Amino acid sequence: MTAEILLASLQISTPELILAIGALALLMIGVFSGDRSAPTVTGLAVAIMIAAGLWLVLVPVQGEAWGGAFILDPFSRFMKVIALVGSITAMVMTVGNARSEQLDRFEFPVLLLLATLGMMLLISANDLIALYLGLELMSLALYVVAAINRDSLRSTEAGLKYFVLGALSSGMLLYGMSLIYGFTGNTGLDNIAQVLTAETRSLGVVFGLVFILAGLAFKISAVPFHMWTPDVYEGAPTPVTAFFASGPKVAAMAVFVRVVTEAFMPVFADWQQVVVFISIASMLLGSFAAIGQKNIKRLMAYSSIGHMGYALVGLASGSQSGVSGVALYMLIYMVMTLGTFACIMAMRRKDGGAVENIEDLAGLSSTNPFMALVMTALMFSLAGIPPFAGFWAKWFVILPAIEAKLYALAIIGVVASVVGAYYYLRVIKVMWFDAATGEFGRISGELRLVFGLSGLFVTAYVLFGGPVGSAAEAAAKAFF
Amino acid sequence: MEIGLSHYLTVSAILFTLGVFGIFLNRKNVIIILMSIELILLSVNLNMVAFSHFLNDIVGQVFALFILTVAAAEAAIGLAILVVFYRNRGSIAVEDINMMKG
Repeated sequence: MTAEILLASLQISTPELILAIGALALLMIGVFSGDRSAPTVTGLAVAIMIAAGLWLVLVPVQGEAWGGAFILDPFSRFMKVIALVGSITAMVMTVGNARSEQLDRFEFPVLLLLATLGMMLLISANDLIALYLGLELMSLALYVVAAINRDSLRSTEAGLKYFVLGALSSGMLLYGMSLIYGFTGNTGLDNIAQVLTAETRSLGVVFGLVFILAGLAFKISAVPFHMWTPDVYEGAPTPVTAFFASGPKVAAMAVFVRVVTEAFMPVFADWQQVVVFISIASMLLGSFAAIGQKNIKRLMAYSSIGHMGYALVGLASGSQSGVSGVALYMLIYMVMTLGTFACIMAMRRKDGGAVENIEDLAGLSSTNPFMALVMTALMFSLAGIPPFAGFWAKWFVILPAIEAKLYALAIIGVVASVVGAYYYLRVIKVMWFDAATGEFGRISGELRLVFGLSGLFVTAYVLFGGPVGSAAEAAAKAFF
Repeated sequence: MEIGLSHYLTVSAILFTLGVFGIFLNRKNVIIILMSIELILLSVNLNMVAFSHFLNDIVGQVFALFILTVAAAEAAIGLAILVVFYRNRGSIAVEDINMMKG
């Protein structure tokens, strides 16, 4: 490797290097000054992620690095910026409640930083080995973070469940990768695409493809690999759940899109039916299973399963507009989820105890009208009611599906969203029409900022949706 | 009898299946689940090395080394989580992991 190639590679992967070196430096600070350094480490971790994000936005380099294992194209840049914004927001939201949730240890921001590094590597992975290492870096950090509150039975149980099922899913992913490697002789995604053709593909390739899709479907929590989601969402501390629901989902969806559109486009018909199946199953389960939920974190878990189903509707069409719909969907989904979790984190009684049942929101419109208003906008948006952002997200994934003549998929999507509207509207009804049972305590400034901004985003999306949409379109062009 | 690629693939498929069944059918102990996970990863390694040998391509062996490293890290984290769970629950039986029901 000559010096120029090395320099070019270093330049393309600078954001990842910033995160990696930053995480190690923060670990040193934490080790030498103990737990009282937790606020400093959190602040520095946010600064490091902002630095990496600014580099991504401002420095216009792109191309392949490290012998083709790493790629920075418009799609990975778009998804990385979303994932970074999600991680930064989720980390800022932990600040106010860190002490009461027992998150005031310096390991916590360092682990979140390492998980973010894993997401970035995952989004940029252009080779099966790089993909696996990025995925494991993200997952290993997340297993620990789920069990971070080590005195709580629920938190450790969530961590244990997440670990066992996560390890099983990476085992399946790896088995698929080994079959793909064996039957194509390559691990690079574009090399695999060159070797594959629809006519001569062997049964081994199909098996490998299905195992890889199963492993990735676990990471985006699509049915039938969703079992961990409600338990982990409920058991993990709320700030951790907010983190789980944002960046890792975006990164896993990005790598799902990259694997199927870059490596397996020649066998489109084979993966399309799998994606259509998991998409329909996720949308239906997300809508029906959420109806009986009383805990709002569990409700958000089923809601996220359903939303992943919608995002996959765009992917099932296999077209450029479909992929740009997926990118846009992930952006809007993340903003809505972070806003809702900011509201959930603000649900604490005056004596400081956190509550998480939907009934506890009763009468919010009289006790805290601003929060009720924002939550209402977010619920309307999650249900996909126009003119909120969630409607446009669904619009841009269902339209390509209709263009690709996937009528059944599109109709089931619309029907599932009508069923899903029931439980979102129930939250609104509880907030506006039920009698107040108690008041929430003072809401910290950063939570108010986060849910205010996301409320503004979903309400005013029609006004600035154009440029966002064209950015997503430019991102999707990378594959076609 | 010549030992060919298909023999290796069969052994590794059997090991993989055993691992998956070990996770789902086991009702006793979480440690057995950790062992099953290792079994799955080792079956993948066997696949990788066999393919690498028969394809005359070194990448599969490099991949196998990475998998070994990650498997070690994964086992360490799994055992650590199991220890904190045991401290809270006082048991590591699979049927006792039941605080939350889906």
